[in-house]
Amino acid sequence: MTESTTPGTSRAAGKDLRLEGVTKRFGDFVAVDDLTLTVPQGSFFALLGPSGCGKTTTLRMVAGLEEPTTGRVLIGAEDITNLRPYKRPVNTVFQSYALFPHLTIFDNVAFGPRRRGVKDYQQKTRDMLKLVQLEPYATRKPAQLSGGQQQRVALGRALINEPGVLLLDEPLGALDLKLRRQMQIELKRIQTEIGITFVHVTHDQEEAMTMADTIAVMNAGVIEQMGAPGDLYENPETTFVANFLGQSNLIMVDVGDTSGRAVVVDCHGQKVGVESTRSHTSAGKGWLGVRPEKIFASPAGLENHNGSNVLTGGRISDVSFVGVSTQYLVRMPWGQELMVFEQNTGQRAAFKNGDEVDLAWSRAHAFLLDADQDAQAGMMTPEADT
Amino acid sequence: MTEAVTTPPAPPAPVVDGENARRRGWGWLLLIPGMLWLAIFFLFPTVQLFFTSLYDPSGSFERGYAMTWHVANYADAIIDTSNLFVRSFMYAAITTFVCLLLAYPLAYAIAFKSGRWKNVMLVLVIAPFFTSFLLRTLSWRAILSDQGPVTSFLQTIAILPDDGRLLATPVAVIAGLVYNFLPFMTLPLYASLDKVDYRLIEAAGDLYSSPFTGFRTVTFPLSLPGVVSGTLLTFIPASGDYINAELLGTPKQYMIGNRIQAAFLTERNYPWPRACRSS
Ligand SMILES: Nc1ncnc2c1ncn2[C@@H]1O[C@H](COP(=O)(O)OP(=O)(O)O)[C@@H](O)[C@H]1O
Ligand SMILES: [Mg+2]
Repeated sequence: MTESTTPGTSRAAGKDLRLEGVTKRFGDFVAVDDLTLTVPQGSFFALLGPSGCGKTTTLRMVAGLEEPTTGRVLIGAEDITNLRPYKRPVNTVFQSYALFPHLTIFDNVAFGPRRRGVKDYQQKTRDMLKLVQLEPYATRKPAQLSGGQQQRVALGRALINEPGVLLLDEPLGALDLKLRRQMQIELKRIQTEIGITFVHVTHDQEEAMTMADTIAVMNAGVIEQMGAPGDLYENPETTFVANFLGQSNLIMVDVGDTSGRAVVVDCHGQKVGVESTRSHTSAGKGWLGVRPEKIFASPAGLENHNGSNVLTGGRISDVSFVGVSTQYLVRMPWGQELMVFEQNTGQRAAFKNGDEVDLAWSRAHAFLLDADQDAQAGMMTPEADT
Repeated sequence: MTEAVTTPPAPPAPVVDGENARRRGWGWLLLIPGMLWLAIFFLFPTVQLFFTSLYDPSGSFERGYAMTWHVANYADAIIDTSNLFVRSFMYAAITTFVCLLLAYPLAYAIAFKSGRWKNVMLVLVIAPFFTSFLLRTLSWRAILSDQGPVTSFLQTIAILPDDGRLLATPVAVIAGLVYNFLPFMTLPLYASLDKVDYRLIEAAGDLYSSPFTGFRTVTFPLSLPGVVSGTLLTFIPASGDYINAELLGTPKQYMIGNRIQAAFLTERNYPWPRACRSS
């Protein structure tokens, strides 16, 4: 019987997860398009993207629940593309948890070890219940637990197998905000403690940024950009990433001199500079991007902005006070409204509607993107945040 | 993560006492139509049946029966027919078991593998009921007859001796019962298999279960309600059936249903069969 099949050979160290040119088609529809990525062993990797972009499909191909149309899945040097799910050193925390309703919490968690014929599965199960803080609930059925507790059962049931890679499909999606924040910290703690590779799927950019070592931003079946959360946020390469991670002001500019350390661009008649490492387009038109919290607004003509980029001629058109900060909309001479967030440090009085301001930011804080892209790509729509 | 150890206090009851009481007062009224129906068509006949079973057996349909609290009717019934009881029980048990073996894969295929043909297949399961029970059983007589294709085939491959027959044997009666009661097993099984969340089966696979182990540890336990109701729906009517034994068997294969039917309709002995039924 396959019960005793232990994926022992594939559980050793030095096992990065690799997808090579993985494509998945459903009929004519391409759900995942030629995906290539490496998840280093022991890292917390987040796959971030809006609903329907192919995150679950990607995870299912790693778990073996879906077969790639083309491409390969590897763990270390071993090609697992054609391995049946139950033979893979991979476990999943399902989006719906998929707890076995007819089994107690103890038996749910003990399910994996028992199938693999682990001798001291009872002790291991008790230890795991302790780790996920569910000891008092061992004899209950899943239906008798709260959402957060069920989530921890699903986590414990997968973790107890000490998989080479743990796949988490929006594991916190069903929890309310407060519990979600708690569980994010908890998940991160557990991952650091046991050092298993986590591939965490989410559509919540804040969740991805607080938890992951590396984020891959996915859109319509392809990875737009991959990197550390800070790098992605500070130096996005596409308008989708610029908008999906936080918020950005995108201004259409003419790209001028690209020979120096800084690229000079013409922003509706005013010259500003962008560091060349942060420029992702070469000539012609471009999108100049600045994060709203990077912009410093000052009364028109009053301050000297040595070394900074400055745009003059702005006029405050909207003020909203949100406690820690005040968010302004500033109408520029060419008609566009830019967002400016300012910390409420109390150092100076807030602006009022109609005040004339200059906007300044450091050269190290802007980025330049290819003009062919949609400036609205990746903007948060209300229904995308469900 | 304190949420794990402190159970939140139960929320205060939102309804005030008076309103609560009023709700309870109205709720049971909904039971009245069903209760009346049961009282008239189930409780009353059952009580009547019970009293009839205690009539003096020397009476007759024409002369009428005297109520003599003749408990001995029960003893007579049991002694008279104990072999019929045992045989009915055996036939019904075998029928139920064979039905389970045939219906489970069928229901499983309809629930998980039939895709857009699901509804068509369900209709096909129940469609034979458009034809009367009697006619369908009669056609089994033709199928199993001595010159019929099944018998000749089994003789050719030497499973059955050359002078062997199917009709008028227990095999024929059980085959007929299985055929007639298969939908009663299939439909409840389908209903509970269809409710099994496919993601649970995937989860079992993710947790090192081969397809067979996943079936044994997840799918089958979750379909048990269907197994229980299918078993009841097959076993109970099969044990009371007399048509199959009558048409496909001989008096040697008669079941308790045949005896009751004969006593009622031919001998007009009323107290006796009612004792059978009640016991
Ligand atoms: N079995 C399937 N058959 C057809 N289309 C599917 C199937 N599974 C997923 N899709 C489609 O593939 C796309 C990606 O789905 P999914 O990976 O679940 O997205 P995500 O998890 O990122 O929200 C969706 O448009 C979805 O409709
Ligand atoms: Mg999904």
